[in-house]
Amino acid sequence: MMRFFLAWLAGSVFGVGLLISGMADTVKVQGFLDIFGAWDPTLAFVMGGAIVPMVIAWRLAARGKVSLAGSPMPHPGQGPVDRRLMVGSVLFGAGWAIAGLCPGPAIASLGFGGTGGVIFLLAMVAGMLAEAQIARPIDGVTAWTSDR
Amino acid sequence: MQTDWLWGLAGGGLIGLAGAILLLGNGRIMGASGILGSTVDRSAGKDSSENVMFLAGLVATPAILALPFPGMDTHLSPQIWVIVVGGLLVGIGTRLANGCTSGHGVCGISRLSRRSIASTLVYVGAGVLTISLLRHVWGLI
Repeated sequence: MMRFFLAWLAGSVFGVGLLISGMADTVKVQGFLDIFGAWDPTLAFVMGGAIVPMVIAWRLAARGKVSLAGSPMPHPGQGPVDRRLMVGSVLFGAGWAIAGLCPGPAIASLGFGGTGGVIFLLAMVAGMLAEAQIARPIDGVTAWTSDR
Repeated sequence: MQTDWLWGLAGGGLIGLAGAILLLGNGRIMGASGILGSTVDRSAGKDSSENVMFLAGLVATPAILALPFPGMDTHLSPQIWVIVVGGLLVGIGTRLANGCTSGHGVCGISRLSRRSIASTLVYVGAGVLTISLLRHVWGLI
């Protein structure tokens, strides 16, 4: 029961943070990426403000084996910077710039983003479901290059 | 306009607080693309009902908060190709990269994950390049 409440609480606080920070405003997102135009630095403050509590949280998490709700605490290590990560990041960055929404704000905007927001969310989910098919050729290229 | 950075900082603080609640409370890393993606492709397993609760809060609470402010808007482009192409690329890209702005940008960078730092540098760089081309070179958006 507690983990469901905490998941709902985290989603709620995340949503309110996205809303008031400007992350759900495509003008502010595109303004941040438009360094050759009228650059808007707001998103740098959002990033800075979000990282501080998370640095503290990771320090506290490092001491514990289990979370408050009793599930095991994740202790992720360092993974490889591979082709899949790089290709994915390029595609994500391009999409983020074109429309101005990333996944969190796209979900949060369902309640106030109008029809356009719903279409964006549907297209994003379609992309997520199509990813498995798209990943195969990328991994194929990786195998091909590592053979040589 | 002058107070935008303050709202950004405060909103960012709440985003980080939400990540801290999910990590210390449930032992989960807060990544919006992973939580949604693993729920829709049914790879979340036993975590899926927890994911649904997270998503419910993420949709309902801002919606209720936005009620007294009818002017609240994403200012999303009315051009349908912008919405569809943007959505598809964000969906494919975040699943391939196994993370987005919240998972890599906030949670990953905070623990100095090399993958997350690399991903964030690349998606911000790709975003800067894309907006520069679309807006200043081709004048499309």
